[in-house]
Amino acid sequence: MVKMTYAEAAKLALAEEMRRDPLVWAIGEDLGRGGVFGQYLGLLDEFGPERISDAPISESAIMGASVGAAMAGTRPVVEMRFADFALCAVDELINQAAKARYMLGGQVKVPMVIREPIGMWRSSAAQHSQSLESWYTHIPGLVVAVPSTPADNRGLLKTAIRSDDPVVYLEHKNIWGYEGDVPEDETLIPFGKGRLEKEGNDITIVSWSAQMHIAANAATLLQAEGISAELIDLRTLWPWDRQMVFDSVEKTGRLLITHESVSVGGFGAEIAATVAEQLFSVLKSPITRCAAPRVPISYAPPLEDKIRVSSEQIVEAARKSITVSAGFK
Amino acid sequence: MIQPPHQNIDKDWFLEHHIMMHRIRAFEETAARANQDKLVLGAIHLSIGQEAIASGVCKNLMKEDFLLSTHRGHGHTLAKGADPEAMMLELLGRRGGICKGKGGSMHIADASVGMLGANGVVAANINIATGAAHAIKLKRETNISCCIFGDGAINRGPFLEGLNWSGVFNLPVLFVCENNGFASTTRTDAMTSGEGAAARARSMGITATEVDGNDIVSVDEITREYIAKIRNGNGPHLISFNTYRLHGHTASDPASYRPAAEVEAAWKEDPIERCSKLLSRLGISREILNEHRKIALAEMEGVYKTAKEAPWPNEDNAFSDVQDLGDPREGAF
Repeated sequence: MVKMTYAEAAKLALAEEMRRDPLVWAIGEDLGRGGVFGQYLGLLDEFGPERISDAPISESAIMGASVGAAMAGTRPVVEMRFADFALCAVDELINQAAKARYMLGGQVKVPMVIREPIGMWRSSAAQHSQSLESWYTHIPGLVVAVPSTPADNRGLLKTAIRSDDPVVYLEHKNIWGYEGDVPEDETLIPFGKGRLEKEGNDITIVSWSAQMHIAANAATLLQAEGISAELIDLRTLWPWDRQMVFDSVEKTGRLLITHESVSVGGFGAEIAATVAEQLFSVLKSPITRCAAPRVPISYAPPLEDKIRVSSEQIVEAARKSITVSAGFK
Repeated sequence: MIQPPHQNIDKDWFLEHHIMMHRIRAFEETAARANQDKLVLGAIHLSIGQEAIASGVCKNLMKEDFLLSTHRGHGHTLAKGADPEAMMLELLGRRGGICKGKGGSMHIADASVGMLGANGVVAANINIATGAAHAIKLKRETNISCCIFGDGAINRGPFLEGLNWSGVFNLPVLFVCENNGFASTTRTDAMTSGEGAAARARSMGITATEVDGNDIVSVDEITREYIAKIRNGNGPHLISFNTYRLHGHTASDPASYRPAAEVEAAWKEDPIERCSKLLSRLGISREILNEHRKIALAEMEGVYKTAKEAPWPNEDNAFSDVQDLGDPREGAF
């Protein structure tokens, strides 16, 4: 194992894939100087300006040209800077990238990775803080990846680059500097395989991306109270590891889903509905969601904090889930 | 507008154009009929009156060159070399359709001849074609990319973004604007500030030419000239072809928003008839020229008959070609 940050792990993955396959290239604003978050730092020196390519502030062209470049046989890794800015290229992603293979009856494929940094960090307000992962899970043709650790960021990004389909790759801005162990050898992480962050018996907690770390802290706090929470990090939301969630809920009988994004229409709703459909009879208490209120993200720290889902809120919800169980069945 | 001198015209070459233009028209007329027969469902957009651009441009492209087209793309696809039977099967949504019955008219494509798709979204193909050219450059290949769009597309953002991109990266892409006067059912000039596609291209440092798009000789010569330049690494170029959409926006649009006299006058500039006159002057008999129309109609009639008699696609096709995650009906997917 090697210690590295979430950003370094992604850089390593991209560099490894670019060395392996000359058709892999990265395109986006400010990549030459390392990207907005330094996640491309140093790559220009090794790969040159054609493969670590700057782009005009033209989101529609960044996404749309990458669709064409993917159809024409290359593997673009597209940097959108902020998930929020990718909204300037919704047609190119949703109508074009996601559907070209299908609409053309399989005559073309669109192997591209769309990197969209998501999430709240500090005081960036409503257009630089959103987590829109659930939108993309709704679109046939897209893979949606939401890594939370350096090891996963390396392994998933490599799988994404090798995928023949468009992958919406959502890295969380608040954990670029998060350090963790990364395997020394090249470990690819398949889509649709969750990771068991912590084993437990009383309640299943499902999360992803940076929120997983908040959930992990909650699980530790719960343990101190004698509540044994099992924590699953889904890693990809489409496909998502239904089996891992089912197996865990069958064991614990309780499910709590937590994500940073808005609760309404969030992916937690999909998980809750699926578990309710499949495992209603094993549930000992109602399924619980801990996610953001449906308001834009604020600027001032105390206002912004009202939108964050804290470990304490998760603990509170888990306690409630445990206590209401008596009347539920 | 540029009018080339038209010297040393290669008769055989233009006879081939004449045949192709008739094939496109016959395909469109047959598709319109199939639409009336309620066998082609959904909207179809006919390119009747614009055949010289399809034939003139595509005949100068190599098979390896990429072509991206619009919702009005049957003619371009046919001229690029696609099989009309597989196209008609697609329009009718039948087994053997070129996109397996998943795309229909607005997503007609034949990747085997470099035709990477018509598009249901105006201007969306501009960035895609630019990106295909970007891939060509990265791969150090010698083919080019060609993007055909309508005059309505120049008012969408991808026109600016794609053209700028093509200039910034000096890409091998030919932009072809079919200026047929109408953006859907609205006159384009009423909704366009400034001088149009060519002027806008020049403002971004992209060289541009305006040409009579109903004159097959002009279309052919100008296109050939600029394709050669693009192939030699000179970067992108835009050609704006002036033409007229002789039918409505869709096959079911009577286009009553324009005076009959205007349409009548436009028919006098019918590109096929103009090509016929040229070939007559060069000594080709009217009999031969009329035969081209008959043969094309018979070909498309046969294609239509085949398509009508073809079965529906296998219903499992609805679940294939989504993504590499297994059958979407099963398990987690």
